Amino acid sequence: MNLSLLFGALVLGLLTGGVYGVMASGLSLTFGVMRIINVGHAALVITGAFISYEVFRHLHLDPFAGLVITMPLMFVIGVVLEVLFIRPLKTDREELSVLVTWALALALEGVLGYFFGTDLVQTTVSYGNSTFVVGGVHIAYVYIYGFLLAVAAMAALAALLYRTNLGAAIRATMLNRQAAQLIGIDVERVSAISFGIGAALAGVGGTVYGIVNAFNPDSHYDLIGHLLVIVVLGGVGSMRGAFLAALLIICIQDITQVMISPDWADLSFFVVLTIMLVVRPQGFFGVRVREAT
Amino acid sequence: MLATITCGAASLAIAACGGGSSGSSPGTPSGGGGGGGGGSAASGGSGKGPIVIGASISQTGDFSSDGNFVKQAYQLWADQVNAQGGLLGRKVEMKFVNDASSTQQVVTNYQTLISSDHANLVFGPFSSLLTIPSSEIASRYGYAFVEPAGGSQQVFTRGLHNVFEAEPQAGYKDMTVFGHWLLSLPAGQRPKTAAYVSEQDPFIGPEVEALKSVLQAGGVKTVYDQTYPIENPDYSPLALAISNTKADVAALGVNIPDGTAFTKDFIQQNYNPKAVIYANGPDQGTSWVNKVGQNNLNGMTAPIAWLPQLSTYGNKQMVAGYLKKYGGNAAGMSGDVAEAYSVGQVIQQAVEAAHSVSNAAIIKQLHSMSFKTVQGNFGFNKLGEPTGSLFLGQWVNHKWVRVYPPAAAQAKPIYPKPAWGQG
Repeated sequence: MNLSLLFGALVLGLLTGGVYGVMASGLSLTFGVMRIINVGHAALVITGAFISYEVFRHLHLDPFAGLVITMPLMFVIGVVLEVLFIRPLKTDREELSVLVTWALALALEGVLGYFFGTDLVQTTVSYGNSTFVVGGVHIAYVYIYGFLLAVAAMAALAALLYRTNLGAAIRATMLNRQAAQLIGIDVERVSAISFGIGAALAGVGGTVYGIVNAFNPDSHYDLIGHLLVIVVLGGVGSMRGAFLAALLIICIQDITQVMISPDWADLSFFVVLTIMLVVRPQGFFGVRVREAT
Repeated sequence: MLATITCGAASLAIAACGGGSSGSSPGTPSGGGGGGGGGSAASGGSGKGPIVIGASISQTGDFSSDGNFVKQAYQLWADQVNAQGGLLGRKVEMKFVNDASSTQQVVTNYQTLISSDHANLVFGPFSSLLTIPSSEIASRYGYAFVEPAGGSQQVFTRGLHNVFEAEPQAGYKDMTVFGHWLLSLPAGQRPKTAAYVSEQDPFIGPEVEALKSVLQAGGVKTVYDQTYPIENPDYSPLALAISNTKADVAALGVNIPDGTAFTKDFIQQNYNPKAVIYANGPDQGTSWVNKVGQNNLNGMTAPIAWLPQLSTYGNKQMVAGYLKKYGGNAAGMSGDVAEAYSVGQVIQQAVEAAHSVSNAAIIKQLHSMSFKTVQGNFGFNKLGEPTGSLFLGQWVNHKWVRVYPPAAAQAKPIYPKPAWGQG
């Protein structure tokens, strides 16, 4: 066994997994708060990548610094989308949300294609190819920055959820939407804000995604399946679970890709998912609940 | 809810896998059928109105970047034909529909273009993946199917007589020119090891296989050989594995997104092969250069049939027209434009020789004539494979030029490739 290669795959998996973790935690948040399945979340990631790319190109602002523009803008986009398209869903939210958010993904893809074209672009930063060596493996600084950003975003999210009144309202809504409403929480406002936060986190993930990958408006197709699997593995509604599941599953995928075959890498994703559904269907940090009927 | 999400995840993952190839019937054809020309449109009609040419374009999905160039070239060809009085004196009208790079949608599109829209002629879509199922529909209605980029062996081995690839050489042989170049080097300089990696694509996979056969027969040892799903979102682990082999040659069966990703990862891993070939990418003008960076270009190779500065038939007119209509500069033009424009040129010559837009008559001409195109002159064998040959292109002193075979070379090839960042 080539230990250097194994170590390299493990490091890459952890660093890339962190970025997927941020993307997936935004998705998990909207699952938890709103009881909707946002299959348009990856399209929001790509929207964030485009905004970051444009900020970098026109304002010459480093994409990480450009998050001061990308994140608020993504938050606003998220809130507007929630108010216009998700809020009107009053019945059968779970099932209908799949259709509505998929339509949103296609619409976002169309809008991005109209404004930016279908050619592939990439946020090419000056330090994109700079590396340092650990254990014989070259590690790009940009992956380290992406991972640190992901950890910072998760810490900020945890602080928001556990240290603020808004966070308490969000957690209450996640636990029981009807009960939260009964104690005076404006769940519609909480939902809009949560969707906005989810979109902002997608913007964070999109920023890093755009630095390490060439992308165009339909790059979201490659992402959404992975993100949904990560959310289920982590436990629906658990941001911590989504983050840790992303680290685990991307590591497994990368190691499989390097040590066995790329053909088996995607399958490993679903093997882990299947085992989890059999052994612990609520995911790592999910809670089995019996809802009122 | 968990069940719904899981189900969604699984179905989206399956959808993301491209839906698989489909040669299945999208519906019962109305009228005609067989190979005899289904209805008046296939037989050319008798009207004096515009000649309607239908084409399915990948405006979204995996091939959208290439699809956009194909659409531009088809429209440019039609505009230029119309500016010169049309085809057989009739105006040419293009009808485009989006297939979203989907094997199912492309079948529906050609079914609709032929049986509902009654297009007189059809042009092919981008890629072998889409050409294979859609050409079956065209065949069923007796339509000639000249296409720009369906070069997989499978395109030509299904017993269809209506499919013609408008390139000088069948695509599945494209990368072999790189192998012939390497084996032409003095024995002491020849590479000893090679790493191969390729998308799971019916077009690109066979190209890499053909190259591998050439190099292995020439004594170059294979040290890595893998394929990966086309929708793979992360290429870094693969690049790491290839870098770890320290192979003399890296042969990449890629398109622009994965090609640029591998390049960046190789740079990061400080892996400098003596020679590197991409199935697609270095020939794609600015859309490639901007992503990999100017100082990494020298030594990159790819098979090419066309260059903007060639004095081939209609090339000057195409390049000038393209730049006027769509902007940019000649060096930044994609090879896809030339391939798709050649489709128009081939059809135009076949129609003019047949004095008709009858598809049966056009197919007869396509099997018997030699055609002049912006990519050079070529004809087709009985399978529809083009009978010309390709060149090896390489970035030399920041210019994209032909370097092999020697008779057609515009510059001496660079070997070994300079280290990343030093070219």
